[in-house]
Amino acid sequence: MAGTAVLGRLTWQVGRVVNSMVETPRVKSLTLELPAWGGHRAGQHVDLRLTAEDGYQAVRSYSIASPPEVGSVVVTVERLDDGEVSPYLVDELRVDDQIEVRGPIGGYFVWEISQGGPLFLVSGGSGIVPLMAMIRHRLAGGSEVPIMLLYSSRSHDDVIYGTELEALAAMEGIRVVQTYTRVQPPGWEGYSRRIDESLLGDVAPPPGERPLIYICGPTALVEGVASSMVALGHEPTRIKTERFGPTGR
Amino acid sequence: MCARIFSRGFHGRRQEPEDASRLPPGQYLVRDFPVLSAGPTPRTPLERWDFSLSGEVGQPRRWTWDEFRALPSEFVTRDIHCVTRWSKLDTLWEGVSVDTLLDGVEYDAEYVVAFCDGGYTTNLPLEDVTGGKAWVAFSYNGEPLEAAHGGPARLLVPHLYFWKSAKWVRGLTLSGHDEPGFWESAGYHNRGDPWQEQRYWGD
Amino acid sequence: MDIEESRLDGNAAAGLLGEIFPFEMTMVRTLCAACGAMEPAGAEPVYADAPGIVMRCLHCQSVLIKVVHGGGRYWLDLRGVACMQVDER
Repeated sequence: MAGTAVLGRLTWQVGRVVNSMVETPRVKSLTLELPAWGGHRAGQHVDLRLTAEDGYQAVRSYSIASPPEVGSVVVTVERLDDGEVSPYLVDELRVDDQIEVRGPIGGYFVWEISQGGPLFLVSGGSGIVPLMAMIRHRLAGGSEVPIMLLYSSRSHDDVIYGTELEALAAMEGIRVVQTYTRVQPPGWEGYSRRIDESLLGDVAPPPGERPLIYICGPTALVEGVASSMVALGHEPTRIKTERFGPTGR
Repeated sequence: MCARIFSRGFHGRRQEPEDASRLPPGQYLVRDFPVLSAGPTPRTPLERWDFSLSGEVGQPRRWTWDEFRALPSEFVTRDIHCVTRWSKLDTLWEGVSVDTLLDGVEYDAEYVVAFCDGGYTTNLPLEDVTGGKAWVAFSYNGEPLEAAHGGPARLLVPHLYFWKSAKWVRGLTLSGHDEPGFWESAGYHNRGDPWQEQRYWGD
Repeated sequence: MDIEESRLDGNAAAGLLGEIFPFEMTMVRTLCAACGAMEPAGAEPVYADAPGIVMRCLHCQSVLIKVVHGGGRYWLDLRGVACMQVDER
């Protein structure tokens, strides 16, 4: 596994959008073709840069959704209504458009099959994206590491990768637990509240199994889950977090 | 390196100013009020809050919140300019003039450092905070100043870049020598006049 | 908990630090000059909504690293870091 090995300084390259897929009414996945891509690891992100005609620039970070085994880079972007970059990426950017990209970035919030498991993955909203890269990596790499995914969404309509999650839940060694915090589908018998310590106590692998824990989502969710996991007896050094800020990216 | 490419149809969140002459060079207009923070938001209860004048002064001074609020205050409407390139026009504040705080204080210092809850500091020449140029503001737009924007009180020095308008300010230290603050010691310009575009060291 | 907090992780500084350092800075271990705690930079809280990026100590909140970028230059204030451990690979 690459630690702090010398990689060279990070520079921008011009990518091209080769596919655009609607995930939810507010979320799209964009496949980027990059001229110089040296591969990435599950959990890493890229920076995307937009430039207006007068030179004004805006840069934002987006997690990579695709696993390392796939040559292309897929980012999944949620439109934040008061955002500056995400509405453009979700509503304006078209297939064949160019966009500046740099990456992969980040070596800490990363999972590779060689790190083992079991994995306990916790996400809220678009925080699912880097965790899905880890799940896809586990499948594409032929690993049998047990995975428990806990995913909090506002409603069923806000679930990203919904079809894929249903298929995953049927697989050996993978469990998916969802909670809908605002609106529940008719007949829903699962969780319908924000993730709290008692919910984590029900769902998380016991501390004795020493799971590797990855938490990603809005800052408040991430910090609440991380402190609950420590309170439940999990080792702080096995907990890794990726905060998206107050409202996400 | 890559050739410059443009993002078709991308304009950002900027607004067109009605009067471009009010925007310093390199600035753009915003209607919202971006929150910038370099650390956790401090939340000092008012009963534990005070404001002090210290350093090279004849007699150090200290006001409790109630004493501070009993000082004469004034409303000021000013344009503000952040070094991250946004500007906001006609912002309305209420605060106590630094002239009022220094009234009757003996000093021959030439510089001041504003210090804050959370450890932030910024340095200014005294002449940039006297003569009706700076306030300790406790109200924005007619409402008590929110913690996110520096409440209960922040320094307001609107003729300089807004990092000089230190949030959560708790006092001023007067000194005969200039002591660069949190950003001034890490690349940002020592004075920060937006009309001279003094953003970074050497500008 | 304050939902307004704009706190992020060390990862949020990885892009800017990656413009300066030729290695993955989030895996570097930083020794806090104030409290002596040692953590990977990726685990330290980062505030990116500021005139620069500020990395703080996970344990005592002291400033570890400030990075300012502008006008074709970078400024790196490392006064809060007593020592940095960089792995050979």
